[in-house]
Amino acid sequence: MEEIYAKFVSQKISKTRWRPLPPGSLQTAETFATGSWDNEENYVSLWSIGDFENLDSDGGFEGDHQLLCDIRHHGDIMDLQFFDQERIVTASSTGCVTVFLHHPNNQTLSVNQQWTTAHYHTGPSSPSYSSAPCTGIVCNNPEIVTVGEDGRINLFRADHKEAVRTIDNADSSTLHAVTFLRTPEILTVNSIGQLKIWDFRQQGNEPSQILSLTGDRVPLHCVDRHPNQQHVVATGGQDGMLSIWDVRQGTMPVSLLKAHEAENRVSLLSMLECNGTISAHHSLSFPGSSSSPASASPMWEVHFHPSNPDHLFTCSEDGSLWHWDASTDVPEKSLLFHQGGRTSTFLSHSISNQANVHQSVISSWLSTDPAKDRIEITSLLPSRTLSVNSLDVLGPCLVCGTDAEAIYVTRHLFS
Amino acid sequence: MEELDGEPTVTLIPGVNSKKHQMCFDWGPGEMLVCETSFNKKEKSEVVPSCPFIYIIRKDVDVYSQVLRKLFNESHGIFVGLQRIEEELTGKSRKSQLVRVSKNYRSVIRACMEEMHQVAIAAKDPASGRQFSSQVSILSAMELIWNLCEILFIEVAPAGPLLLHLLDWVRLHVCEVDSLSADVLGSENPSKHESFWNLVTILVLQGRLDEARQMLSKEADTSPTSAGMCRIMGELMRTMPILSPGNTQTLTELELKWQHWHEECERYLQDCTFASNPHLESLCKIMLGDEAALLEQKELLSNWYHFLVTRLLYSNPTVKPIDLQYYAQSSLDLFLGGESSPEPLDNILMAAFEFDIHQVIKECSIALSNWWFVAHLTDLLDHCKLLQSHNLYFGSNMRECLLLEYASGLFAHPSLWQLGVDYFDYCPELGRVSLELHIERIPLNTEQKALKVLRICEQRQMTEQVRSICKILAMKAVRNNRLGSALSWSIRAKDAAFATLVSDRFLRDYCERGCFSDLDLIDNLGPAMMLSDRLTFLGKYREFHRVYGEKRFADAASLLLSLMTSQIAPRSFWMTLLTDALPLLEQKQVIFSAEQTYELMQCLEDLTSGRPVHGGPDTQQCQDDDIETTKVEMLRLALARNLARAIVREGSLEGF
Repeated sequence: MEEIYAKFVSQKISKTRWRPLPPGSLQTAETFATGSWDNEENYVSLWSIGDFENLDSDGGFEGDHQLLCDIRHHGDIMDLQFFDQERIVTASSTGCVTVFLHHPNNQTLSVNQQWTTAHYHTGPSSPSYSSAPCTGIVCNNPEIVTVGEDGRINLFRADHKEAVRTIDNADSSTLHAVTFLRTPEILTVNSIGQLKIWDFRQQGNEPSQILSLTGDRVPLHCVDRHPNQQHVVATGGQDGMLSIWDVRQGTMPVSLLKAHEAENRVSLLSMLECNGTISAHHSLSFPGSSSSPASASPMWEVHFHPSNPDHLFTCSEDGSLWHWDASTDVPEKSLLFHQGGRTSTFLSHSISNQANVHQSVISSWLSTDPAKDRIEITSLLPSRTLSVNSLDVLGPCLVCGTDAEAIYVTRHLFS
Repeated sequence: MEELDGEPTVTLIPGVNSKKHQMCFDWGPGEMLVCETSFNKKEKSEVVPSCPFIYIIRKDVDVYSQVLRKLFNESHGIFVGLQRIEEELTGKSRKSQLVRVSKNYRSVIRACMEEMHQVAIAAKDPASGRQFSSQVSILSAMELIWNLCEILFIEVAPAGPLLLHLLDWVRLHVCEVDSLSADVLGSENPSKHESFWNLVTILVLQGRLDEARQMLSKEADTSPTSAGMCRIMGELMRTMPILSPGNTQTLTELELKWQHWHEECERYLQDCTFASNPHLESLCKIMLGDEAALLEQKELLSNWYHFLVTRLLYSNPTVKPIDLQYYAQSSLDLFLGGESSPEPLDNILMAAFEFDIHQVIKECSIALSNWWFVAHLTDLLDHCKLLQSHNLYFGSNMRECLLLEYASGLFAHPSLWQLGVDYFDYCPELGRVSLELHIERIPLNTEQKALKVLRICEQRQMTEQVRSICKILAMKAVRNNRLGSALSWSIRAKDAAFATLVSDRFLRDYCERGCFSDLDLIDNLGPAMMLSDRLTFLGKYREFHRVYGEKRFADAASLLLSLMTSQIAPRSFWMTLLTDALPLLEQKQVIFSAEQTYELMQCLEDLTSGRPVHGGPDTQQCQDDDIETTKVEMLRLALARNLARAIVREGSLEGF
């Protein structure tokens, strides 16, 4: 395992995203964008991790990523997505949604398009507006969907001045994240633990489906859809729990995986230090049986690996970044990870009382067969301090950003 | 009150004329507000328009430096790591760990210094360039002091290795020699380079004798006349006994060998071996530790601590730590030669040589413009168990006091406050109260930020702060007409009063609009419903509607009745509930039993009899009353009919 390169950048990083590669490209990722938050002045920045060929000829390799350009951003950057190769869409705490355009010729960023009051509150009596933070965006050229603390969902189209569709009061609580399920369906998660599916073909402001964990209303912060199996969805919550859902089956998650929880990690790490070997470790645990929420840390982002979806990545407020490996050839791999000097752990994998799903291709994430029921978790960052707010994976590259004002990059995820 | 250590510095605020106008001010954490008042002592008639601004004076400006932010963030990780390794280690491994931590801190300072240097070079206007350059020299001084403290207090190097460490220290900080060396060696004929002898001298002054020897061999190659002398000098350099880390020889052995070598040097000087070459002769004198010869090289030594270390190298290589201070003091005096007085840096280094840690920290606190340095150094020294005895006159010890000061500075910054939390955590006495006071003052502009602050409070069981933050968010949500959010936050805060208030708003909205909003939340309250009676009522009332909608009339009826009889429903809502009972009473089949109907009647009578008799001329009131009276009449009628049907039905059922 190659080193993860860290760079301190003098701003708290809220979002990191790889620039997508052109279709059919054989290159690896080399440019990513970051957004900052909670600074007096916030910036959208574009970074390069350098040119491969030049460095190879030197024999040496500068691990640092270099700033290409940046532009000031009004308010905290709550979410950031690449719209296409040149355009970046940001969500602001001021409720504004902005499209930035990158000019590669002179390495500058400029504002391309802006919806200034995409998200807002209306006062109880007066018609006065106050801005509401926009918390999440998802792009699918030419469409942009945004959600916010105002419980509103907007559907924008690039080059259209007004929203194409707005669902007011879509949610009574705060919407935290959004993703496309299959066009024109989207999926939102909210602060009372619900997963809602919306179909833009339907009129009215009711979701077509609501999924939730029973009872405890633990906020969900992030959501990602399996790249190949569109019914498989992963969410991360305030209690640090990773939930895998099959949106076709019932209203409950298929499996719950305890993660990012202080006590749990300590015990497992110590187990590892004692005997040095790893054995599959199964135990059933149901929501509610987890320890007090105070000890758990919110999971801020979850991402399936886009081209290798048996791998999943999560990051958390406790400053950890985890690699979840559900591929079947784990035993051989575990050795390799050990040599890399990283900490590897198995965590309990619990299954809700769902009947076995019959499908032609069973995703490893939905599998309930105990023999296959193995997930290896690797912690990717050397030491934990402040929150890891965001991560992104593309090919063998991973980037993440923290409240400790550092950006970490690795280009050899699976080596 | 202790006496002042120096005159406080005067800061002039541009644009404010304190001679003409009375000033007023107010303290904040790390900041101060200053403005002019319109109060005028003498000329009462003349009102001079005063300055319309309020100035924010920041004490700790370094916190706002982009480059230093990296220092704060990176060192935060080291600090937290240091607090965690604390307990388990003892003895040697503990010392090596502490030295490693100290080196980590220094490498962060150095990285920061290099970056600041780049920024200074790239600076567009000379003024900011100068500012950055001065920051570079401050950082460099910080690293110099830290390094010395590391050698003396953390490494606690004994006689022998002590000098080796000091030599490394000097080599690291007087590093112009490397560029000079490259310059000379890069030239066509190194030995004819104008700085050739300067270079050789510096190498000797720094004890880099191998490199000096190589230089001399170049001279020997080009000028046959001095080749012999150079060879002898080279031999002297080669044979100088030094303590190598892996060597097992004792100090006494070394001292003996060194004495022999010293005498040999002395002999060559007496013999006038080098008399024909003044450069070589001066080198020989330096190697004999001759003070006058050393002082002739003032320019090359550049400072008194270099002089000190070179002097010790060639006169007393096995100096004991305890004797350092005498050499240091005399070196300082000799070097300055009464021409100039010592500067703050000199005083700090001198205090370190005197092993007076408290003086070092005190002088640093006065001289440096930020608390980062003293806070981290003191903490590290405290972990070396060097500060145990010292208590300040105001409660906490020095380590804690400095950490609190530093952390408060971080909290005054709009973005670095997260770092401050961990520093407060490791202040056992006043850390928690400080955190409590500071954390409540963090502006919460988004829920995500609020969640981060909440987690900090929840992890530390700061229930009061958790409640207050949730309340702030609930209030905000109410103001923004986000009742669902408001209810979620008040449930999280377990704030029954606020949950009641929000529930009332929901019920009022229902009465106005005839339908519920935010069903996704209300339908999923679960046990949280028990937080307040009103919330329970809201949840149960909604449940009634759902059951009714599902046409489970019997369940709906008993639920409705229980809401009134159990006194959960507020009196003001009873009429609405009774009206809701009307369609159930009018159903074809009998839903309310006779007993239930009696209870409903009882409720209606309770409600109507409690009403005050009024006789106001208000027409609106009369109209309302009319509607109300009609409603009551209708209810009575429906109840009476239902009772009749129920009695008949129950009677006939009994007959079967």
